[in-house]
Amino acid sequence: MSLFERAAITGIGETAHGRGLQQGSALSLQLQASLAAIADAGLSPRDIDGIIPMATGAAVAEDFITNFGIPDLRFSATTPMGGASCVAAIQAAAAAVATGICRHVLLPIGRTGYSGTRIGARVHEMPQFRTIGEFELPLGNVAPAQIYAPMARRHMELYGTTSRQLAEIAVTTRRHAILNGNAAMTKPLTIEDHQNSRMIADPFRLFDCSLESDGGAAVVVSSAEAARDLRQPRVLVMGAAEGHPDSPSVITQRPDILRIGLAKAAPRAFAMAGVKPSDIQVAEIYDCFTYVVLRQLEELGFCKPGEGGAFVEGGALGIGGRLPVNTHGGLLSQAHLAGMNHIVELVRQLRGQAGAAQVEGATLGLVTGYGDMGDGSIAIMRRA
Amino acid sequence: MSETFAKPVPHPTPDTQPFWDGLARGQYLLQRCKECGKLRHYPRPVCDGCWSMAHEWVPAGGRGTVHSWTVCHHPFHMGFKAQSPYILLTVDLAEGVRAQGQLRGLPAEALRLGLEVAIGFEQEGEGPVLPVFHPVPA
Ligand SMILES: [Zn+2]
Repeated sequence: MSLFERAAITGIGETAHGRGLQQGSALSLQLQASLAAIADAGLSPRDIDGIIPMATGAAVAEDFITNFGIPDLRFSATTPMGGASCVAAIQAAAAAVATGICRHVLLPIGRTGYSGTRIGARVHEMPQFRTIGEFELPLGNVAPAQIYAPMARRHMELYGTTSRQLAEIAVTTRRHAILNGNAAMTKPLTIEDHQNSRMIADPFRLFDCSLESDGGAAVVVSSAEAARDLRQPRVLVMGAAEGHPDSPSVITQRPDILRIGLAKAAPRAFAMAGVKPSDIQVAEIYDCFTYVVLRQLEELGFCKPGEGGAFVEGGALGIGGRLPVNTHGGLLSQAHLAGMNHIVELVRQLRGQAGAAQVEGATLGLVTGYGDMGDGSIAIMRRA
Repeated sequence: MSETFAKPVPHPTPDTQPFWDGLARGQYLLQRCKECGKLRHYPRPVCDGCWSMAHEWVPAGGRGTVHSWTVCHHPFHMGFKAQSPYILLTVDLAEGVRAQGQLRGLPAEALRLGLEVAIGFEQEGEGPVLPVFHPVPA
């Protein structure tokens, strides 16, 4: 049995995004976003019968039962893959609704990354960082920027990829955040601004790095049948997959340090969906760092390995460009919600509700997640 | 750990303690499967080639080539602030596994893939002995 079009995203919701908005705890932010997503679907909070909270988040399934008075939660799980978790949860939720375990699965996230504990400061407390924590942290390999930078450096040395090409991604993403309106970053950014920004971990400059923000987002994944009776146009999940890189806990020992989990997941998702990269009209690509977008574009098959730098040049990722990417501003400029905001935006695009950032006529798109040391996840969707 | 040593320190387990003991003696130890002979690194309990847990520790020869690197400018941990910027090398050891360590004695501008380097050992204050890399004289 395939998960092809057995599930639909029926509800999306998010809070205001920003830095230091003082709008509540990480728990209250995800409850607020969840209520918005449930209302968007035309459901009652008591209709939720499945939930996949973030494994490392501020809430557990019990919090939702308690706050929403859910009478009979039939399914709960976590997909602990860091930034790949939210999109990986689409596959898990689709499996749960396709097999009849439940009908409406809530995927919530809320974070106070700006006001509360920063991600970079606490990664080593997570079990999936245990190996790096013992063998590389004492050497000075402390934060994700430093952990990922050698991948980008090797890509540059092997293929001639440049910092200005990475800047293209940051600049386009900022433009989209400004169009979105609900974004932490609101000031226009130029390639020169990027080139003049301070070096964090070479080759990553400040504007190659995603931001820390406060906010919440949530989506509801329903069975494709149950989705027929709901409020919004149906956005069907055509293909979904997760993939784990070799040597998943430490990049240093990976046979090919450029190879990521998405290399395994993407072919599975495209095969399930029955579409090709050239069919995709809009792509929301996990963007913890600019380079991570570039590399995923290669593994998704939009260009060949090593050609990502040339692919992103000349505003190719802009609305109206060759492949509109991160039309909401992504983690680089909208909000760091571990990619839940990427799912929200893809659904908005496919429904035709993306306002000033709408990609004309987009009915087929994809969203990816990327987490921990390179775990990957992908979902391909279309408007029914 | 000492209050005067401000950097993060490893917390070895029984599976990994011999590696740290090796560094303290000036040896960079690798695990070799006693069943099939496959080398593995970083240390872990099971051989992924034959699933044997029987292993021995063998010292690496100490030579390798540059696989990649990063220059760390922003100190994400205050213990590294004084020495920033520092260069972290990823090195292909001659034995076929990789090692990481800070680079000594070369500026980042001199780095290229495949450059030959030699392993060294440093101890700062009461901290652990850590591997570092030095250029190899031509
Ligand atoms: Zn073996």
